[in-house]
Amino acid sequence: MAHVSDLIATDIDAYLAEQESKSFMRLITCGSVDDGKSTLIGRLLYDAKMIFDDQLTALEADSKRVGTTGDQIDLALLVDGLAAEREQGITIDVAYRFFSTDKRKFIIADTPGHEQYTRNMATGASTAELAIILIDARKGVLTQTKRHSYIVSLLGIRHVVLAINKMDLVDYSQERFEQISQEYMTFARELGFADITAIPISALEGKNILEPSPVMPWYSGPSLMKHLETIDVAQEQTRKDFRMPVQWVNRPDLDFRGFSGTIAAGQVSVGDELVALPGGRTSKVKSIVTFDGELDTAICEQAITLTLEDEIDISRGDTLATSKARPEVSSSLAADILWMDEHEMVLHRPYLIRLENNTIPGNLSRINYKVNINNLEQESAEVLTLNEVARCELSLTEDIAFDPYDDTRSTGCFVIIDRITNKTVGCGMLRHSLDNATNVHWHALDLDKASRAKAKEQKPAVLWFTGLSGSGKSTIANLVEKKLFARGNHTYTLDGDNVRHGLNKDLGFTAEDRIENIRRISEVANLMSDAGLITLSCFISPFREDREQARQLCGSNSFIEIFIDTPFEECEKRDPKGLYKKARKGQIKHFTGLDSPYEAPENPDIHIKTTEKSPEKIAGEIVDFLDREGFLTT
Amino acid sequence: MKTLTHLQRLEAESIHIIREVVAESRNPVMLYSIGKDSSVLLHLAMKAFYPSLPPFPILHVDTTWKFREMIQFRDQVAEDLGLEMIVHINQEGVEQGIGPFSHGSAVHTDVMKTQALKQALDKYQFDAAFGGARRDEEKSRAKERIFSFRSDQHRWDPKNQRPELWRTYNNRIHKKESMRVFPLSNWTELDIWQYIHKEEIPIVPLYQAKERPVVERDGSLILVDDDRFPFKDGEVIEKRKVRFRTLGCYPLTGAVESEAETLPEIIQEMLLTTTSERQGRVIDQDHGASMEQKKQEGYF
Repeated sequence: MAHVSDLIATDIDAYLAEQESKSFMRLITCGSVDDGKSTLIGRLLYDAKMIFDDQLTALEADSKRVGTTGDQIDLALLVDGLAAEREQGITIDVAYRFFSTDKRKFIIADTPGHEQYTRNMATGASTAELAIILIDARKGVLTQTKRHSYIVSLLGIRHVVLAINKMDLVDYSQERFEQISQEYMTFARELGFADITAIPISALEGKNILEPSPVMPWYSGPSLMKHLETIDVAQEQTRKDFRMPVQWVNRPDLDFRGFSGTIAAGQVSVGDELVALPGGRTSKVKSIVTFDGELDTAICEQAITLTLEDEIDISRGDTLATSKARPEVSSSLAADILWMDEHEMVLHRPYLIRLENNTIPGNLSRINYKVNINNLEQESAEVLTLNEVARCELSLTEDIAFDPYDDTRSTGCFVIIDRITNKTVGCGMLRHSLDNATNVHWHALDLDKASRAKAKEQKPAVLWFTGLSGSGKSTIANLVEKKLFARGNHTYTLDGDNVRHGLNKDLGFTAEDRIENIRRISEVANLMSDAGLITLSCFISPFREDREQARQLCGSNSFIEIFIDTPFEECEKRDPKGLYKKARKGQIKHFTGLDSPYEAPENPDIHIKTTEKSPEKIAGEIVDFLDREGFLTT
Repeated sequence: MKTLTHLQRLEAESIHIIREVVAESRNPVMLYSIGKDSSVLLHLAMKAFYPSLPPFPILHVDTTWKFREMIQFRDQVAEDLGLEMIVHINQEGVEQGIGPFSHGSAVHTDVMKTQALKQALDKYQFDAAFGGARRDEEKSRAKERIFSFRSDQHRWDPKNQRPELWRTYNNRIHKKESMRVFPLSNWTELDIWQYIHKEEIPIVPLYQAKERPVVERDGSLILVDDDRFPFKDGEVIEKRKVRFRTLGCYPLTGAVESEAETLPEIIQEMLLTTTSERQGRVIDQDHGASMEQKKQEGYF
């Protein structure tokens, strides 16, 4: 790796000392397949002397075999990674490339310019501080240039280099360069970049890359490398208000209780007053602990462990912030969503929302508008498909502390995870709270779930009975409730009779309404649980995903899934309400077990086969289970 | 106001990743190859949880053909740091007498390394395994995620990777599936050496030049590390001053002639050298995409 400094050969110790103060920058290159993006990256690596002789030999061989540059070596081949895409001649994913100069180390996110891969660009942009937007000087500002610029601004990049490439093919024309840069500046005005630097280059010939090129004497600005080396991108975050998402509670022994995390913004010093959100308790910093000794002050990006003066309850998922300028707290938020999955986004479907240090169930309750990323116009939409962007309303099952994404990325970003496949299906940027009372911080209540439960001398639980219509859910639940009542426990039963006629009477039986039905029931069960009650819930609840959502909401420790397993034939024979007869005649549509599926629980907490025992005996067994698990006493 | 240097930022990012795995995984493990990258990884783990010790064991997959100095170093490190070191050997492979000299590098690596690793992960039911791989090592690794999903068969699917944005790592898995996690993804070889120098991290002495008994074979200098070395006609042991730029199984790792005895000298040599690190590894030299294939099959 033939670095340029003479110090390497003459005084290696001096060289190493000099290198220690090197800074760091991450950038992304955006352009289409033909803009010469891979060539530019190859050129940067080559000119920064990052290519070894053996790699160069391999490159020369590859250039002859599959290259597209005639006799010249094809620098683009340096950055084409996977075998499959080498054959297709396109880059299909995000790749990270490294090069460094004596002043700075760089990581380039290399992302494809092909239309269908917007998500890859967003991925690369999420960690980048600067974007190089490539334009083919012959073609000028294209639709895709606008698309890329929009995504770059959406993901919060503030510094842009407009690299007008292939200047060799337009006779190094100053007029052409100025025409393109003006058109771009006009378009980009509304995107809110802090700075845009236009540089005329030829990646193929290496002009204006390392040094200013004499073939374009009319250009007096910096070469690309010079600009990348000197632009200041890191200071901004350190000037902001202190934020640290808590990752891990560090407890080596009873005497030490530290909160580990990476500083997302600002800085922190011993003695600073901090607030732990969303809880709202405050304390002062007692020490800043690291392996290399205690610090007086720590700054943005540092991974540290804080100890506090007071013993307050803080866990993973909480955010520590300066008490003087607090993040917002809300569970109802406006967010820009980029959908990244082949399966479209479904409103109200429960997803997992992965924040930097927490995973919370939630759903998208409304699409305000979709953004046409080709012309930035707002359009109405009911669904979101792959690579589409929309402003949405996000509902979470619990409060989070957050900052608007454009203020602080780490405390304003999230990804969306599908609950069944575990795939990352979307990403989002939080914009603001939808709760009018968002800046009214909760006063930490003294009376909580535990104290209410203690007064009732029991532990709250949600007994979730699931099974086909007529399987015996309500019959068994009634018997269980009677037995519990007789023991002096405090209970309540939720079933179709008291929920469908009141709380949920506005809901029908479409898939969306069914999801909403179960969501409301889960919320009510959760409230009752908070009140200290043992709640029995009797609904067919045929979909695994919905029951899982209920479990997440109520907390898996107090959620008991009871599968009332009665064969379909037996239920149809019993038919206590005559529903099976009606369904068979076609009078009821979407009837579970008939023309709508029942997804049986895979690992229920209690599995009851009703054909083997009497309801009375079954109810007794369920009560015994609760007793054994410690729910019926404190 | 000051900002962090590149090494400080890399260190902080790696610590963040290591903590994230511990916070979210049921049963994590750190794979330890005894090489310089592993040494850095272990050092970062010590930093991440200080004053606690790393709350996971260290796993070394021993092919039984590692340099003797590596094994001594491994045992010393575990003792010095007070960590639990699990050593796994593929006993079936041992019973079949698999070795690089008798079966060639491909079979040996597959049975004693790839299969052995899968065996160990299955045996202890680890759901997340840290590895020391870097994206700059090899082309196919440039696209590897930091949190890299593996199927219940330990396979990597390069076309179907989860998008990875910011530091919001999706590490959710179903039963029997697992995550390979690479906290050093964004480090380069030079970063690793600079960091070892700055932090004074112990490394296996084989990285430093010393007179050692070697045999020249097919253009590579192979160390005669024990009496299992089968000499071919005309081969003689020579004493040469050599060091290793990368460490693996001794018959598969070529030495380079060198005068670099100290860490600054090693870095100096690396900066002035003109061939890439993996050239000393016989495993990569088959053809361009071989590492990608190995990875799909479960190799780290």
